[in-house]
Amino acid sequence: MASTQDLQAQKKREVESKEEATIPARVFLPNADIYETPTELNVVLEMPGIEKSKVDIRVENDVLHVEGRIDLSKYTGLHPLYAEYNVGHYARSFQLSSKIDQNKIAAEMNEGVLSLTLPKIEEAKPRTIQIR
Amino acid sequence: MATDFADPFDALFNLQRAVDSRIASDWLQDQTAAQGPFPPINVFQQGEDILAIIELPGVDKNDLQIQAKENTIRISGKKGAKLPEDVSIHRRERVFGEFDRTLSLPVQIDPDGIKAEYRDGILALFLPRAERDKPRTIKING
Repeated sequence: MASTQDLQAQKKREVESKEEATIPARVFLPNADIYETPTELNVVLEMPGIEKSKVDIRVENDVLHVEGRIDLSKYTGLHPLYAEYNVGHYARSFQLSSKIDQNKIAAEMNEGVLSLTLPKIEEAKPRTIQIR
Repeated sequence: MATDFADPFDALFNLQRAVDSRIASDWLQDQTAAQGPFPPINVFQQGEDILAIIELPGVDKNDLQIQAKENTIRISGKKGAKLPEDVSIHRRERVFGEFDRTLSLPVQIDPDGIKAEYRDGILALFLPRAERDKPRTIKING
């Protein structure tokens, strides 16, 4: 287990896009864990500071798009003295294999962590074949 | 001196620019000599008081301890991994484990007035500046 390792802060990676944004705000990549069970694929994204209502999840052409917009009003009247991380929106996209049942994708958000459950379609689930 | 974020359109850009210019400033002095201590902290001034905003996504509130003594704040706890058994892992970017970080602020704070709030994976520590530490305006006689 990784529980005894010394935790290090990770540098935020910025989204590198082919297109340039028209607004000057910056967008960061949320850290992701992706794991697969026999029945589903799970995508877990860390988006600290993003409210549930400001998360946009779309599936288009087998690509999963996740976007989170920060609420700036909490920073009103604050003057930065010292900083270790930058603040911005989050966005990340994943290419899905077609064996995901795109209508049954479920999402949950807790403590700034978005958990997506992507169920596999029936044909893609592993089967045990009995040898006669 | 204070950065004004009144225009909502430019607000985020201004904040990011201001934060960038403060990254690795010496406000906390040697407290942060080690690169990348966890959790990452941003410190803001709010009027006369201090606001520390800490990114801690995915931590149970019960696993988080905050202790204050004079001008030192200690943030400790653990970020538990909750990966189910028997899964195949495709990507593992999140970090888990225990953390313990102590900040010494260069100003005196009022330990009884500290307020902590944990929401959406962000820990906000409101650190009121001690009355005796606040600057006083001196009247010039004569």
